[in-house]
Amino acid sequence: MNKLQTVKQMVAQLEDGMTIGIGGWGPRRKPMALIREILRSDLKDLTIVAYGGADVGMLCAANKVKKVIFAFVSLDFIPLEPFFRKARQNGDIDIMEIDEGMMLLGLRAAAWGCPFIPTQVGLGTDVVKVNPDLKVIDSPYDDKEWVAMPALKLDAALIHVDRADVRGVCQITGPDHYMDDWFVRAAKKSLVTCDELVGSEVFNDPNAARCVFWERSLTTAVAHVPAGAHPTSCAPFYGFDTAHFKEYNACARDGGFELYFDKYVKNKCETDYQELVGGIDTIKRLALPVY
Amino acid sequence: MTIAKEYSLAELMICAAAEAFRHDGEVLATGIGLIPRLGASLAMKTFNTDLMMTDSEAYLLSEPNPVGPRANDYIQQNETWMGFSRIFDNVWSRKRHAMVGPTQIDQFGQANISALGSDYSKPKVQMLGVRGFPGNSISHPNSFFVPSHNTRVFVKGECDMVASIGYNPERLPKGYQLDDIDIRLVITDLCVMDFNGPDHQVRLVSLHPGVALNTVIENTGFAIHIPQNVKTTAAPTQEQLAIIASLDPHNLRAKQLKDNPPGDRTTAAKLAEEVA
Repeated sequence: MNKLQTVKQMVAQLEDGMTIGIGGWGPRRKPMALIREILRSDLKDLTIVAYGGADVGMLCAANKVKKVIFAFVSLDFIPLEPFFRKARQNGDIDIMEIDEGMMLLGLRAAAWGCPFIPTQVGLGTDVVKVNPDLKVIDSPYDDKEWVAMPALKLDAALIHVDRADVRGVCQITGPDHYMDDWFVRAAKKSLVTCDELVGSEVFNDPNAARCVFWERSLTTAVAHVPAGAHPTSCAPFYGFDTAHFKEYNACARDGGFELYFDKYVKNKCETDYQELVGGIDTIKRLALPVY
Repeated sequence: MTIAKEYSLAELMICAAAEAFRHDGEVLATGIGLIPRLGASLAMKTFNTDLMMTDSEAYLLSEPNPVGPRANDYIQQNETWMGFSRIFDNVWSRKRHAMVGPTQIDQFGQANISALGSDYSKPKVQMLGVRGFPGNSISHPNSFFVPSHNTRVFVKGECDMVASIGYNPERLPKGYQLDDIDIRLVITDLCVMDFNGPDHQVRLVSLHPGVALNTVIENTGFAIHIPQNVKTTAAPTQEQLAIIASLDPHNLRAKQLKDNPPGDRTTAAKLAEEVA
């Protein structure tokens, strides 16, 4: 089955009010080409589930978001995401703030068809106070109470991977695939951009096959977007663009998101964008961070 | 063991942080931030060689990585893969001790990195979010690192957003005891504290050299238990300083605290007295 699409075709499948999960972690391997396409679209009232970075900040700044389900939103080396921060401090968005592990459990519950997964996580904290939808239940086996983490069912998951073939076999060779596999499993459809489109024979190599974390039946569509994660990283190909993030962050102080949007997103295709940020070779030379 | 005569406050705090991990045995030590990470690394290189640590990305190491840029031919001592999803398997199996740096800590040891202000729907300052604090705090021991000890960090009342469970009887979940919570050491730029006072009250363990007891009391927004004998935080040994230097070859520790103050502030305290 050939699942090749353009990012435009992918975003056309999304609807107002949908719950959308975004893969990656903070400034790492976010499907930014898809985010930019959403920024250019008329989509609105989205509920976003993410280990958040600029993906969440940009969508909030562009008024695409009704609610964010998150454990953190951060650019890592810039700890606080400027536009998410603004949206929160202005009271512009609804939120469900949960622990990082609770989010994983919510995605697993959705993937496994469970209404919830019991956990200790969140007990004794304000997480159970500020989220009235989060129920605390009695254990049927002992005298303890548990948090019933509800399934986080996604209408769509947006993911960026290193390599994919046209059938939707997706490979992530960076050190961590984060929770991308669970986002895909929790979603009705999974829209995946890839840095490299490869022939299926690539996966004949056992080490290549080991870096495939979900079955192709879970991939709805694939778009070939080299450097499509920029300005976030796609290890081992390229690191995140610190200079670009600094400029983005500075826009929050002077000029606002419109300045950033007009310069990098509005009326521009991904090729225009790449030229504006120095070209694909420059992106591929962005150093991987050392921790 | 030769006690060092000259050492920075950062180095004193690294050694104090290492003590938190001394009796942990074979657990994953996670120090968030440079000084806690160096503290855990020092413990792993000296008195608790059974500790495990990650490369702060996805691999479990048998030897702590030096911090900062490393030579191209540096080979980190990988032991196994431990990506983010597997970290939670480790957290929930309880074999971990994290040292974290909250923005607010209250009298119960509840901590906050999420948001400041009384209106949660419109916070005065949105910070990171609760991150892994709720899960860490109920699953395994945690210690705190505070680079600037003041009443904005050690708050009166409760934290604005309680992100981690502490020794608050009012919030204790059904079927739990206060002893099920395990908060270990609090390392600040003034002192070391723990929660072993009466009824898990915060207790002063040691004052850093040259720090007056009143300075700690005035800069803490709640009452702390002062035992009969308050020790002075142990100065680093020359051996410890040499290991710290090897773990931090670019001296990034010198940039962690404002103006990189000396570890022993007795002279500075005396000078201030004379001027007054």
